[in-house]
Amino acid sequence: MKTAGINFKSHFLLLLIIVSSNFAKAQTGYKVGDLAKDFSLKNVDNKMVVLADYPDAKGFFVIFTCNHCPYAKMYEQRIMDLDKKFAPQGYPVIAINPNDPKAYPEDSFENMKKRSAEKKYTFPYLLDETQDIAKTYGAKATPHVYLLQKTKRGLEVAYIGAIDNDTENVNQSGRNNYADNAVEAIMKNKKPQITQTKAIGCSIKWKDEN
Amino acid sequence: MKNKYLFIFFVMFFIAKISLAQVRLLSINQLENRIQQGKDTVYVVNFWATWCAPCVKELPNFEKLSQTYKNQPLKVILMSVDFKSKLEKAVVPFVRRNKIQSEVYVINEKSEQGYIDKVSKDWTGSLPATLIVNKLKNSRKFYEREFTYPQLEEVYLANK
Repeated sequence: MKTAGINFKSHFLLLLIIVSSNFAKAQTGYKVGDLAKDFSLKNVDNKMVVLADYPDAKGFFVIFTCNHCPYAKMYEQRIMDLDKKFAPQGYPVIAINPNDPKAYPEDSFENMKKRSAEKKYTFPYLLDETQDIAKTYGAKATPHVYLLQKTKRGLEVAYIGAIDNDTENVNQSGRNNYADNAVEAIMKNKKPQITQTKAIGCSIKWKDEN
Repeated sequence: MKNKYLFIFFVMFFIAKISLAQVRLLSINQLENRIQQGKDTVYVVNFWATWCAPCVKELPNFEKLSQTYKNQPLKVILMSVDFKSKLEKAVVPFVRRNKIQSEVYVINEKSEQGYIDKVSKDWTGSLPATLIVNKLKNSRKFYEREFTYPQLEEVYLANK
């Protein structure tokens, strides 16, 4: 009886550890070096976008962004520039809006279509309706960049964070272009000098919070 | 004579203006000094921005906390991360319009990279976020989330 009790206890503990470690994983999302999951999300043209459908890409800038956030607006042109500059070199931008449109009507699918058409986005702008992808990646705020590189192992996360350290766009000469530098490095088969940065952003509005 | 009245009027006007909305720039180091040298025990520092809708929504809860516990050694500090260039254009009008009573500052830092980690390693940078420092307990808790009033009161009471 006693041993059974101990066994039960230790099993329970083990279970608790497994559950809590999974929970921690879900909380923190990807780290640099992790393999990123592919997804199938609806684009503003109503077609589904899957990363595997880009056989020629060497990698991707997966960027969580949205319509309403002033920081995302500040970076909109720079996101468009990233795609113009690096899509021809094999690293297209894939923009994903993870926000709950009930919290921010400006982030609805209809408004995403409008925004994308108005600004003539050259990249897909996808709706993460279930918010699973944002949660899996570990995005907390918009805009949030994940630079992925196709390797033999899969889609490896090479850089996570901000586009640059000059949100307000007032210091172009002294600016550190993190995202640009990271992709330039991996194109030369080097590890980016800076692989993770932090930036102020609008917190993603989760559906289960309400 | 007329000039004298005019002068008094202007002095009154400026006093009113200053007392209504005094918002200064503050670096993170200065914030730490403000906390270390302040007379209060518990410092609730809310990081917000005028453009951040959930932040604006929860600000009254911080004002209410400060009012409710005004007889306790608690100080609420509202640290705006609005751009410095928005101090006069956005933050001061916001503070005036909403008759904010708490201490309000605008962050005076060059790079977000530097100050986010200084505030807390756990902060990813999303807003709102709140830091609760208890000088007597030597504790420092960081919350990257929104608070309803009962939730805020609960964490204050847990940290006081």
